Amino acid sequence: MDFIAILSIFVLACFVGYFVVWAVTPALHTPLMAVTNAISSVIIVGALIAAAAPTVLGAIGAGSGVAKALGLLAVVLASINIFGGFAVTARMLAMYKKKERPVAK
Amino acid sequence: MPAFAGMAKWVVGTNAMHELTVSPWASLAYLVAGMCFILALRGLSSPASSQRGNRFGIIGMTIAVVTTLVTHVPIVQHLLVSDTGPAVAVRTIDWVTVVEILAAIGIGAVIGLVTARRIAMTAMPQLVAAFHSLVGLAAVLVGVAAYLNPQAFGISDLVIPLIGQPFAVIHPVSRIELGLGVAIGAITFSGSVIAFLKLNGNMGGKPIMLPGRHVINIALLAAILGLIAYFVTDQSAWIFWTITLLSFVIGFLLIVPIGGADMPVVVSMLNSYSGWAAAAMGFTLHNSAMIITGALVGSSGAILSYIMCRAMNRSFISVIAGGFGQSSDAGGPAAASDRPWKRGSAEDAAFLMSQAEQVIIVPGYGMAVAQAQHVLREMGDKLKAEGVRVKYAIHPVAGRMPGHMNVLLAEANVPYDDVFELEDINSEFAQTDVAFVIGANDVTNPAAKTDKSSPIYGMPVLDVEKAKTVLFIKRSMGGVGYAGVDNDLFYRDNTMMLLADAKKMVEDIVKALD
Repeated sequence: MDFIAILSIFVLACFVGYFVVWAVTPALHTPLMAVTNAISSVIIVGALIAAAAPTVLGAIGAGSGVAKALGLLAVVLASINIFGGFAVTARMLAMYKKKERPVAK
Repeated sequence: MPAFAGMAKWVVGTNAMHELTVSPWASLAYLVAGMCFILALRGLSSPASSQRGNRFGIIGMTIAVVTTLVTHVPIVQHLLVSDTGPAVAVRTIDWVTVVEILAAIGIGAVIGLVTARRIAMTAMPQLVAAFHSLVGLAAVLVGVAAYLNPQAFGISDLVIPLIGQPFAVIHPVSRIELGLGVAIGAITFSGSVIAFLKLNGNMGGKPIMLPGRHVINIALLAAILGLIAYFVTDQSAWIFWTITLLSFVIGFLLIVPIGGADMPVVVSMLNSYSGWAAAAMGFTLHNSAMIITGALVGSSGAILSYIMCRAMNRSFISVIAGGFGQSSDAGGPAAASDRPWKRGSAEDAAFLMSQAEQVIIVPGYGMAVAQAQHVLREMGDKLKAEGVRVKYAIHPVAGRMPGHMNVLLAEANVPYDDVFELEDINSEFAQTDVAFVIGANDVTNPAAKTDKSSPIYGMPVLDVEKAKTVLFIKRSMGGVGYAGVDNDLFYRDNTMMLLADAKKMVEDIVKALD
C-alpha cells in the first residue's frame, strides 16, 4: 500500500474513533481505558515479525540475532497486555448490574 | 524436495522496488481485525452491550495474531552439499523459533491473566499505568528490532558494495516513522512508570519541580524532533540511540512535576500516546490493523483527557505544565479559619437519613482509599429497605482515573441505574433531603461558583449545598483538599461534619440504622 492509502485509513480511523469514543457512557470510562490498552498491544504483530525473521544480509550493527531477541521480549510484554487487558476488562464489565425488579408488588 | 515451497505465496516478500508486499488475504484479515476493534469500543456505549463488545476485541486480536503467525512462519535455510550435483538450498520450518514464540506468548498470557484475576479494583489506576508502560516499551523494542534488521520488515534497500559487507539503507519515509515510533513509545514508557509510582504511593503525590523545567523540556523536544529530521539524511546508530534516550528522559521529566490528583489527565494522555506509538509502527510496517487501532486508542485517550480537563476547568497545557496541587497526605496546618462548624455522630446521620425521602451519596477518592464501597452499599440497602430513595452522584474527576468511582460501586454491587453523572443529577440536590459526601472534597466546594479568587473557580461542581442537610465524612478538620483550599461547605448551617475514618463511620451508621 502506498503512503496516501495508509494515511487515508489512518484519518478515517481517527474520525471513527472520535464518534465511537464520545458515545461511550462515562460509567464505562475505566473499562474503556483497559480495553484500549489491550488493543493497542496489537503491536505484537511487529514483535512477531521481528522474532520470526530469518537472519538476513544487511542487518545493521549487532545483526538480526539481537533483533530477534528484542522481538521475543516485546512478544512477552504485548502478550501480558493482551491477556491481562481483555481479562481485567471482562472482569469489570461483569460487575455492572441493573437494579433487580421486585418479583411481586 | 525443499519443504514448503508452496508457503512462498503466503510469505511476506519484497517486490522489485524493495517495498513491503503483503499477501492480499493478510491485508484483508488485518482490516477485519481493525473492524472488530471498532466494534469493541462501540459496545461500551452501554453496560448491556459491553461484554459482547469485549468479545469482539478478543476476536479481532486473535485474527491479527494468527494472521501474522501464519504469514511469517520462521524459516531456516540449509545448504545441502551432495556428492553428485551442485549444492542445494533447503528451507525448512525453524521449529526452535516457533517454540520460542509460543513460549513467549504463553509466559505473557500467564502473567497477564494472573494479574487480571488478582488485582483489586481500587488499584485499577496503577494497573492501567503499568500496562501502558508495557505498550510503550514494546513499541521501542519493535522499533529497535526494525532498525537492526530492516530487511526483515521490508523497509530498506540492500546495498552490495564491491568491497566490504552488504548493508541496508532504510527508506527515508520509514526513518521518520521509525523515529517517531520509538520516541513516542519511549515517552509513553517512562511517563507511565512515573505515573504508576505516583498512583501506587511509591512516589509522593507532590509535584517535584526542577528549576527551569519548561526550558529543559522544550529544548529536549526540539532536540528529539531535530534529530528525527536529521536521521532522514544520516542513519547512523548514534542518532537513533540518542533519539531513544532523550525520549525516555523527557517522558520522565514531563510527568514528575504533575500532582497526584491530576493523574486522571496524565493516565488518559499516556493512553493516547500509546495509541500514537502503535500507529507510527503501523505506518512503518504498512499494517492496517495497527494503524486503525492506533487511531482509535489515540483518539480515545485524547477525548478522555479533554473531558477530564473540562471537568476541572483547567486547560490541558496548565495540567501538563505541572506544579499544581498538594499531595493528599500533606497534612498541612490546621484549617486557618476559626469559622464555626457543626459536628455530628453516626446516630445523628442514621436518624436524618432514615427519615429522608431521598438521599444522594457523593463518593470520592477518599472512599477508595478507605475501601468503604462495600459498607457504603450496605448502608444504601438498609436505607432503601426503609423506603428511602438512594442515588449516587459521580463527578467526572472523582477518583484517580475516569470512571473509577463507577467501577468501585459496580464492584460493591450497586446497580448502575442508581449511579448518575454530574449533568444528570445536579438539579436534584435542591429537592433532596440529605447529601452524603464520602471522600470527595474539591468537587463539592461551592466557592468554585462564587469566589473568583479561588484556584478552583469555574470548575463544575456538585451542588450539594442545595440539599436540606449535608453530611460530610472527613478524618479531621485539619488539612486541605488537593487544590489547597479550605472547603466553604464545612461551615454552612446545613452541613454536619462526621469526623472519622470513612469505613468506620459508615459501619457505625449501618449499626445505628438497625
